[in-house]
Amino acid sequence: MAEAARILGAERLIPIASAHIDGCLYHGDSGTEFAEKLVQGSGRVAVPATLNVGALDLLHPKRVHAGRHRYEMALRMMRAYEALGCRPTWTCAPYQAGHRPKLGEQVAWGESNAVAFVNSVLGARSNRYGDFLDIAAAIAGKAPLAGLHLAENRRARIVLDASQLSPALLESDAFYPVLGALLGREAGSTVAAIVGLPKGVSEDRLKALGAAAASTGAVGLFHVVGTTPEAPTLRAALGGMPPERTLRLTAEMIRAARDSLSTAGGERIDAVALGSPHFSLQEFAELERLAAGRRFRLPLYVCSGRGVLKSLEEEGRLAALERQGVIAVADTCVVVTPILPEGGGVLMTNSGKFAHYTPGNTGWQVVYGSLADCVATAASGRLERDELLWQ
Amino acid sequence: MAVAAPGLAAKVVIDGTAEGRIFRLAAPISFWGGIDPETGRVIDARHPDRGRSIAGRIVCLPGMIGSSSASAVMLELLRVGLAPAALVFGETDAILALGVVVGRELGYPAIPVLELPPAAQAALPQGALARVRAGGVIELA
Repeated sequence: MAEAARILGAERLIPIASAHIDGCLYHGDSGTEFAEKLVQGSGRVAVPATLNVGALDLLHPKRVHAGRHRYEMALRMMRAYEALGCRPTWTCAPYQAGHRPKLGEQVAWGESNAVAFVNSVLGARSNRYGDFLDIAAAIAGKAPLAGLHLAENRRARIVLDASQLSPALLESDAFYPVLGALLGREAGSTVAAIVGLPKGVSEDRLKALGAAAASTGAVGLFHVVGTTPEAPTLRAALGGMPPERTLRLTAEMIRAARDSLSTAGGERIDAVALGSPHFSLQEFAELERLAAGRRFRLPLYVCSGRGVLKSLEEEGRLAALERQGVIAVADTCVVVTPILPEGGGVLMTNSGKFAHYTPGNTGWQVVYGSLADCVATAASGRLERDELLWQ
Repeated sequence: MAVAAPGLAAKVVIDGTAEGRIFRLAAPISFWGGIDPETGRVIDARHPDRGRSIAGRIVCLPGMIGSSSASAVMLELLRVGLAPAALVFGETDAILALGVVVGRELGYPAIPVLELPPAAQAALPQGALARVRAGGVIELA
């Protein structure tokens, strides 16, 4: 922690109210060694701490194709983080599992999408914490005072103006991950304000936007004027200063950003994956509406938190979706651990984050589409995409 | 007597010495999802350096993006012996640097981490053999 504070140039440590720990995902034995070393040293979190996804689906053990060594080391790692006193939420959307810091509260969160959400949508203050520093902060109950913990670093320096885009596009779910991908590339780690979006953009859309922006860029905070808490007006988002740059978004830019999310052409699709970040109850309700009366020919993976899946299960809704062909994935997701069939193929997704990481992490090619496109494709077995929206 | 070639003075993030060939990445990268910890190669399908290995190189990074698991990938690269010889950030990324700090705590080999503005990084020829001296000086060998 002291070393991190020095690297960040922080003058002092400040108390934090909570932490979200990304470090519980297995990438090799070193992470397990680190976590178990903390346990052996009688480490214990000093603040409420939720856990991000692991490399295993503990509810459906056969979902992940892991050899014995990988399975055991990933499990040991997950158990070590539990032993440190973290809550076994196993979700990348802790903010939809009851962990919701208040406006202005200082926290230490890991998982790039969760950092973007807690800062931007909830207005709490977190730097972009990486594995190891997240748990160190939770154990210390403190974090280095630097970066996005400081009010002066939270004002927007660039503006993205969406006011010239068609209202139909702005009203579609599929627009928000694409906007996020574009935001990440344009902004890098710079705080941006987005103007011209409808008032009161939904949390699921903001979640999708932030996840994509934190994949293609290093976005830890963005403001949506008229929606997010630190941006009632553009002037407030900019902290009263002029922007360094304003980018007026055009339909061509949006199409180019959408195309950048796909790596495969052609009609072939072998599987569909939803739920990065983890699917919410509202997103499941939309899936049920679109899927009504359909049976899926392609494997349709839906990744979600165990809390959300439990609610669905209790209402009998999960069983109904599974009868239609949905494969529920809990505690993890298809790009962080081997779940997709071996040998590769083409994956369709409505997630900007899945679209970004699928080719590198799984060897599968990827095609981006709306939730409706994904459902139609999973039902028919070949690519169905509504191009009209993007004209 | 040879006159020592003037070195580039970089800011020290984590001090140390190293030797290796310069590898300037052509675009920002996320170590998680961008580098395979089992091979040390670039796996990000959209990255211009896809397929190239960072192992043993003095890796110059124009910028960091993406995942907060970068530190974990860095740590694993150190454990398996596929880490870069040194990291040269355009702008220091605490997440990635922390992987090196934790590696030191676990007794893995340590590597120097430096900061040098991207414009100055451009003076380092791609593929050239170079040394990092203690105190942050980068010299062509």
